[in-house]
Amino acid sequence: MAISFDKALGGFPGHLSLYGQRSSQLAANIANADTPGFKARDIDFRAQLAKAGAETVAIKTTHANHLGGASAASAAELLYRIPTQPSVDGNTVDTQVEQAEFAENAVRYQSTLTFLNGKFKGLRLAIKGE
Amino acid sequence: MSLFNVFDIAGSAMSAESVRLNVTSSNLANAQSVGGSEAETYHARHPVFSAVMQSLQGDVASVGVRVDGIVESQTPMEQRYQPHHPQANEEGYVFLPNVNIVDEMANMISASRSYQSNVEVLNTSKQLMLATLRMGQ
Repeated sequence: MAISFDKALGGFPGHLSLYGQRSSQLAANIANADTPGFKARDIDFRAQLAKAGAETVAIKTTHANHLGGASAASAAELLYRIPTQPSVDGNTVDTQVEQAEFAENAVRYQSTLTFLNGKFKGLRLAIKGE
Repeated sequence: MSLFNVFDIAGSAMSAESVRLNVTSSNLANAQSVGGSEAETYHARHPVFSAVMQSLQGDVASVGVRVDGIVESQTPMEQRYQPHHPQANEEGYVFLPNVNIVDEMANMISASRSYQSNVEVLNTSKQLMLATLRMGQ
């Protein structure tokens, strides 16, 4: 009987990579807060999360001893943010909104990481059997 | 690892904002540098930003900032009658730079705020990455 990391960790690794993707997108929005004509974009997180939970993209293996690899979330679809106060130069970045989203994303990333750590602690406890 | 992209993106924004701050300080410093003609007097400068897509890794999310160039303001210059000024022209006028102090101050505050928010993004990402490195310990 082997320990299956995929089963033990659940969807958390996929979520973590999704949060990472989103933080890079939000950072891009904040970075371009002063770029004329830049349109703020974001990913539909709920839909992507549902997708990441439903389908686990497996890497094709050509040998019995090959490992399957982590179920990485595929590149998320980007949607344009609906601006509340678009500026004259065509920029639709609302820095406050982006900062709030970024902070929320960071907290969610941390909490997922905490859950993941809990899983690892549980596994270690099971292995040690103390 | 998409969190690594954050460092590139926020870094590019910080360098662009620091260029903006530099240009603003140059404008403010030269606000009183008069000249004898419109051509040889200091023109207010402004940086032009543009988004740069890093499609090399096939990652559409990573969009940094680039300074496309510095443009000189073409606003007409104020002329002041100072016949005893060493740089005055034949009619006794000196040209004042077309620097708008109020504009520049607003620009400076906007640049420093943008710089700050990018530093914040960078710090948060760094903490997240360090926490990820400690995973399972």
